[in-house]
Amino acid sequence: MSARLGPRARVWGGFLLAAALLLGVAPAVLSDFRLNLLGKFLCLAMVAVGIGLAWGRGGMLTLGQGVFFGLGGYLMAMHLKLADAGPGGVPDFMLLYGDGTVPGWWEPFRSPVVTILAILLLPAGLAALLGLAVFKRRVRGAYFAILSQALAAAFAILLIGQQKVTGGTNGLNGFRGFFGYDLSDPVNKRMLYYIAAVVLLLMVAAVRLLMRSRYGELLVAVRDQENRVRFLGYDPALVKVVAYTVAAAFAAIGGALFTPIVGIISPADVGVVPSIAFLVGVAIGGRATLLGPVLGAIGVSWAETSLSESFPSFWTYFQGALFIVVVAFLPNGLATLGQVWRRRRGGSGAGIAADDAVRPDARRSDDQESGVHDPAVSGRTA
Amino acid sequence: MDALVSQLFAGLSLGSVLLLAALGLALTFGQMGVINMAHGEFMMAGAYTAFVVQGVIADAGVSLLVSLVIGFLVGGLLGLLLEVALISRMYKRPLDTLLVTFGVALVLQQAARDVFGAPNVDVRAPSWLSGAVEILGVGIPKTRLFILALAVLAVVALSLALRYTPLGRRIRATVQNRDLAETSGISTRATDRLTFFLGSGVAGVAGVALTLLGSIGPTLGTNYIVDAFLVVVVGGIGQLKGAVIAAIGLGLLQAGIEYSTTASIAKVLVFVIIVAFLQVRPQGLVSVRTRSLA
Amino acid sequence: MTRLLTTRALAAPAAVALVLALGACGSRTDAGASGDSSASGSTSCVDTSGDSIKIGFLNSLSGTMAISEQTVRDALDLAAEEINAGGGVLGKQLEIVGEDGASEPTVFAEKAEKLIKSDCVAAVFGGWTSSSRKAMLPVFESNDALLFYPVQYEGLEASPNIFYTGATTNQQILPGVEYLKEQGKTKLFLVGSDYVFPRTANKEIVAWAEANGVEIVGEEYAPLGHTDFATIVTKLKGSGADAVFNTLNGDSNVAFFKEYKNVGLTADTLPVVSVSIAEEEVGGIGIENIEGQLTAWNYYQTVESPENEKFVAAFKAKYGDDRVTSDPMEAAYTSLYLWKGMVEKAESFDVADIQEAADGVSFDAPEGTVTVNGDNHHIAKTALIGKIGPDGLIYTEWSSDGPIEPDPFLEGYDWAEGLS
Repeated sequence: MSARLGPRARVWGGFLLAAALLLGVAPAVLSDFRLNLLGKFLCLAMVAVGIGLAWGRGGMLTLGQGVFFGLGGYLMAMHLKLADAGPGGVPDFMLLYGDGTVPGWWEPFRSPVVTILAILLLPAGLAALLGLAVFKRRVRGAYFAILSQALAAAFAILLIGQQKVTGGTNGLNGFRGFFGYDLSDPVNKRMLYYIAAVVLLLMVAAVRLLMRSRYGELLVAVRDQENRVRFLGYDPALVKVVAYTVAAAFAAIGGALFTPIVGIISPADVGVVPSIAFLVGVAIGGRATLLGPVLGAIGVSWAETSLSESFPSFWTYFQGALFIVVVAFLPNGLATLGQVWRRRRGGSGAGIAADDAVRPDARRSDDQESGVHDPAVSGRTA
Repeated sequence: MDALVSQLFAGLSLGSVLLLAALGLALTFGQMGVINMAHGEFMMAGAYTAFVVQGVIADAGVSLLVSLVIGFLVGGLLGLLLEVALISRMYKRPLDTLLVTFGVALVLQQAARDVFGAPNVDVRAPSWLSGAVEILGVGIPKTRLFILALAVLAVVALSLALRYTPLGRRIRATVQNRDLAETSGISTRATDRLTFFLGSGVAGVAGVALTLLGSIGPTLGTNYIVDAFLVVVVGGIGQLKGAVIAAIGLGLLQAGIEYSTTASIAKVLVFVIIVAFLQVRPQGLVSVRTRSLA
Repeated sequence: MTRLLTTRALAAPAAVALVLALGACGSRTDAGASGDSSASGSTSCVDTSGDSIKIGFLNSLSGTMAISEQTVRDALDLAAEEINAGGGVLGKQLEIVGEDGASEPTVFAEKAEKLIKSDCVAAVFGGWTSSSRKAMLPVFESNDALLFYPVQYEGLEASPNIFYTGATTNQQILPGVEYLKEQGKTKLFLVGSDYVFPRTANKEIVAWAEANGVEIVGEEYAPLGHTDFATIVTKLKGSGADAVFNTLNGDSNVAFFKEYKNVGLTADTLPVVSVSIAEEEVGGIGIENIEGQLTAWNYYQTVESPENEKFVAAFKAKYGDDRVTSDPMEAAYTSLYLWKGMVEKAESFDVADIQEAADGVSFDAPEGTVTVNGDNHHIAKTALIGKIGPDGLIYTEWSSDGPIEPDPFLEGYDWAEGLS
């Protein structure tokens, strides 16, 4: 979100630069293995973009994105498993752990079209339903966070318990093809990377559009002063539901691409801890900014992979410390470092602080004047 | 009949464990809106305290009682430290405390792993707690009775303290209306600190008690934290009554469903029931009536 | 106004990016589509020219499994040290590349790929949970590399790219239940953690029981990390069982045995056979809670043999007197020696040569002599039923007549038909 209203060139430039880096430079300089790894990080970054919208912009602390990530991943995995299945069309793990028959609700996912539609619609639909139920009842703040966390815990337990149809703790893995393309061919792995990169770029663009739209302003307004928005005749619940649904859809798409890129989806990727881990990158990059969550997620995943190789126990301390330092002392993430510096130089101060302001005390937002920072919002409400 | 009685007791017992784990949270969450993810690690610290104390005092009975006291202090001091060092700086961002304390939890877990080693350690139960008591024809483990009693004691002590001591009055005033309490001359900062000390101390006690039932390892806290939060959410903010009812209710529910199905299904069903329940009562079972819009 | 401008500003680069990407992947896809068969043309990058050879150790050093897998890493390090001191393999010193699996299957898959492709190791040793092995299996198969997996598991698997140096079911689970039957136990209660190994093992036990006139009076699963066993123990008490077969994992064992003892059940009245409790775990459960209970493994620290004496002494000398040795550690230690034996027999580090040479390679392991089965890549091992002693060590109560041939798919058992 560094580019303010004016310099279109910066948006242009930033976007082109990102595209060039992801689509041109990275494939050229990275080995197949590293490129695939980057592809995995991009999938995690997709989840982060959604969290940035729902949490950073909408103030909803979504501690359960693992559910949607997992749904997307498992839906994709189900199709891949069915497509791989040998004679009889029964996936290998069902022969091992189940009774050797495919349950009825698996059948539709033989079709690639149904699978893709399901990935796009099912998690989003679930989020919409859940969001409507929860936000209409004005469950928010910590209650919402804990609820979404419980959801992630329940989802993971459910997946583990239903080994016959979900593969249990093993999850689903050992995919040979991806919509007809052989996954052991490095060229096709590259193709997957390109797909992930383009999808991520599109998501960032979409969120940018949302943020700059009237809706985006409404979302920030709901975050900062939910009741005022309500008094103005809007339904804050609906505003939140949209952001929550978009975040869920992004997480699901990330999960769906994660599955073929990494080659496995398991309950270990969807439970409470991975769900919180999604937040690390977002918090560090700058939750309310556009690119912060993306860069944060990629950076943290990269650091984890390389640091944990040599210092496994150090990594845990480091991750903990990152959480503490960034959230406590740099609530707007590392993105603010640059802005603080720019402001010191006497740049465009007010607008910056406003746009990325973190939500004030949720419980007491009703009697707080200071919540409204954003000049755009103030202008509208005044 | 036997099964019914023993399941009833199993539910009560699980409820008392949940209650011990959640009491401290109910205090801090209720008063300050702070979601302390490191609460479980304070329990872990309490459990390791019991382990260390047992290394010094050989008699398991004496060391358990001493541990309860020291565990309270260890948990409380850790909580105080956390409050002063971090949480007090994040006054207006209660949601962010969740993430910060999650970081603290990670660090504490790894520290335990480095100090005590990754494998679980063992705390011996005193001989007067081994075996079972016959109640209504069913053998009830003495350890579980002990924990039940401890939970009752903790609730009674806390309620009395909240109702009759000056500190209790200050806490209740702060919960009900922080600004008004502040205007009336109550130092809400000092009150917060004391609340945090108390709440975290109870976590330490819970940790000591848990050594009688389960494993003592670096991940002890993570096994309880989600459940403890659910108790607080279902119970509602601001009063111990809610937490007590919620903990016992959830304990009975889990034990009941588990008996007729499986432990995994029971856990999932309990989560679903909680989500549904919050649809009906979004503010939990018991809530302080305020005039806020939410 | 603002919105319109931004929209246009964004749409253009998005379109450009899309075209760019589609162009890029379009052509690639065409190229890739021709190779649609499952044959993979990956070539090994293992460097055998120098006087050292790289191998990979992949164990969880962080996360929930670190508690167990660190001990396996210790045993592997010891074996590598010994082999290097003895002149290495084919005259080459072993160069260890260590990786952390972080207790997550996805990380195992990722790190395995890194070890094979980036570090170019000749073989990888490690893994513990079934999920970590299942996650790594496709990586090793598609890259045609070798994994040595050192932990007992649920069977029903035989990959040409994996050597299984722990027990399969007919070397651990079956001897366990058969021992109970021999002791006159006819009513078994099964309790396990809710994941692949217990569920599969119990499925096999149920089939076995049906054919052997043993009644299964209960089968209960607890979620991983479950800490309250009051209900399960209530069910157990009411079931009329005369023995318990326990496949619980990790922390749950502690809670289970404490509850077990607290309600007044003992090893004398209702014995429990555990298959995931080794010397390492006894201390954490508390000796007083588990003394006298039974375990089924292929190795105990107390096994009497010169090889074991040497192994235990070397281990204690390297890691401290208070450390104990256990079955998975021994299996890991053995796995490195077996690989050495295979390489020396094949006189090559090449995967195909090793697969060719593997059959019949044997090693005088601490548990006794073990021999590789070239067909299913498991090893013949002796089954040992042990009793946990007051000192926390496990003492052999019963042992099979010599090594049992591995039979991962239980093909040699009539009752097991239809299981796999």
